[in-house]
Amino acid sequence: MFVRLIYLLILLVGVLTNASAEENVKIGYLEQIVQRPPVLSNLELIPEDDGRAGVELGIEDNATTGKFLGHNYKLEKQIVAEEEILSTAKTMLLASPYLLIHARKDTILKIADLPEAKDALLFNVSAPDAELRNDACRANLLHTIPSRSMLTDAIAQFSFKKRWNKWAIIHGAHDVDKLYLKALENSVKKFGLEIVATKEWAFDADMRRNASREVPLFTQDMPEHDMMLLADELGDFGRYVLYNTWIPRPAAGTEGIVPSAWSASVEQHGAAQLQSRFSKSHKRAMRSIDYASWAAVRTIGEAVTRTSSSDFQTIKDYILSDAFALGGFKGRPLTFRKWNGQMRQPIPLSHSRAVVAMAPIEGFFHQRNELDTLGLDKQESSCSAFRQ
Amino acid sequence: MRLITLLTFTLLSTSVLADEIWVTNEKDDTISVIDVESEKVIRTIEVGERPRGITFAHDYSVVFVCASDSDTVQVIDPETGKVLHELPSGEDPEQFILHPNNKFLYIANEDDAITTVVDVESRKVVAQIDVGIEPEGMAVSPDGKTVITTSETTNMAHWIDVETHKIIANSLVDQRPRHAEFTADGKELWVSAEIGGTISIFDTQTKQEKAKIGFEIQGIHKDKIQPVGFEKTKNGKYVFVALGPSNHIAVVDPANYKVLDYILVGRRVWHMAFNEDHSKLFTTNGVSGDVTIIDVNSLKATKSVKVGRFPWGAAFRPTKG
Repeated sequence: MFVRLIYLLILLVGVLTNASAEENVKIGYLEQIVQRPPVLSNLELIPEDDGRAGVELGIEDNATTGKFLGHNYKLEKQIVAEEEILSTAKTMLLASPYLLIHARKDTILKIADLPEAKDALLFNVSAPDAELRNDACRANLLHTIPSRSMLTDAIAQFSFKKRWNKWAIIHGAHDVDKLYLKALENSVKKFGLEIVATKEWAFDADMRRNASREVPLFTQDMPEHDMMLLADELGDFGRYVLYNTWIPRPAAGTEGIVPSAWSASVEQHGAAQLQSRFSKSHKRAMRSIDYASWAAVRTIGEAVTRTSSSDFQTIKDYILSDAFALGGFKGRPLTFRKWNGQMRQPIPLSHSRAVVAMAPIEGFFHQRNELDTLGLDKQESSCSAFRQ
Repeated sequence: MRLITLLTFTLLSTSVLADEIWVTNEKDDTISVIDVESEKVIRTIEVGERPRGITFAHDYSVVFVCASDSDTVQVIDPETGKVLHELPSGEDPEQFILHPNNKFLYIANEDDAITTVVDVESRKVVAQIDVGIEPEGMAVSPDGKTVITTSETTNMAHWIDVETHKIIANSLVDQRPRHAEFTADGKELWVSAEIGGTISIFDTQTKQEKAKIGFEIQGIHKDKIQPVGFEKTKNGKYVFVALGPSNHIAVVDPANYKVLDYILVGRRVWHMAFNEDHSKLFTTNGVSGDVTIIDVNSLKATKSVKVGRFPWGAAFRPTKG
């Protein structure tokens, strides 16, 4: 039994003595307008304010805390097309060192490499790509959205615990589907599972009418498996596979049991309150990019609250220090990996009505933090930008 | 035969007279009443939706229950279990504290970032005070001059002046503060932080943090050790701290803030209440749906009692007059 007793943390002394000092913090949110490829279903609706709504809630939450300390938060939002994104980013970075980016990987990297971004703290709230946490990492770029590998590791842990060790995979033809497939394959290796079949979805027919006829045939030649994994990030065909397969098996991945940063069915650990605050203001359920955006704004807010400073270097150092922890309604404090800037977070595995399990799954241990059993661990990441 | 009947009868009547622990079952919309001596559930009372905070009037004539999802505080006759009337509580009342004057109820409105003050006699809202996001923990100083609200997402203890109903100070604590208590002498304020995993102790004169208690249980990651409710024994010897999903109660020495022991209880332990002489402690275990009884002298868990789904709050009711 070890007992810790800490008298007056130096940081806290700082907070208490400076509590009345006025701080004005400006946070930028920059979103790239993207064209999404068509999908089969007519029901696929991605809300227009995906991400933005989360930022707004984060600013409100920061402001409520800030009003007791004399800290004011201001949000600047810009939603622009690809051609204008770099010039907009430059202007925004001149106004504030804190910028949330809701864009694709390549755009995020271009912004991170701008000279104006040198002394800035950027938050990737949308791109799950492995490279951003690996070779292509940047010291000025943190990620509040989980990487694909964190998501697929979550499924792998769940499936391992269930002893559903044999996977059959159906993936789409888009680049993102292949990246999801790659992440699934890596998770299988990491947790000692087995892939017995991998098939690419290649149908031109209208599955809204034909799924019950086509899917059984499509899956008939797949060898015996415990779980059907679907890699269909755009939500094109996955929904039509469920309950139509040749043999009845639980489905997971982008459909079925879905790992995510956040879903409408998360309710434990006070999450119901966050859900209700969000839906009260935005008339819809909170989604993963909303959550990642909220978490980024709250990260900045938490650092300002604890340091009583809006100075970029102070804030950045604090966020990457051991003192930083953010309450994120997922039952464990959220912190950042010092080797690649990824926010550590539990991953809910959920269907539309309930959370099936919360990863890390009980029993997966780690010498540092159980959350590091999800995604790129220190020794696996080739990111060197943070090592100075 | 007659003797046995007589005996049973006597047993029954003594158990009717025994003191009680009242437990709110968050997901069953009921209160389980546990007989302190027989350690059995003797009554189940239906209340409003999602009951959480529970407290008796200082003379035990009525019991107040936060029916969070009914957006009301219900006033219940403890004898009959009937709802006498409801108090205007503001939205989503979670915890509350009854002022020593037995008149003002200070209620944390979790969804609204407000503390509502209700006069329980006139049944009117006296004041509403803007606090941080998701207010929860409530405490009143023994002299009745200061009320504390802690807010979970703002991570603060707000010091409210009872005369003016204005916030006079805000103290930052670790992530997700859940519960607050003054010491009996009024010199210290203790605040638990669920995600921070600590209890902060403030000097009430200077309102500065004077100590912080951390917890460590072998084999359980520190992220899962989440202090929520806590209570002190009358003799000032122990503070018992519920550590949520670590399924343990910590025993703290309030004289030197050292953790003396950890006691294994049911799953996700929330709050607790003592019996009259503080020889027994009853803890509510949310996930396992039971109450663990701890023998305070030996610091051992002696029994668990099945109650409703998701037991949350607990309060003591003497019945021996």
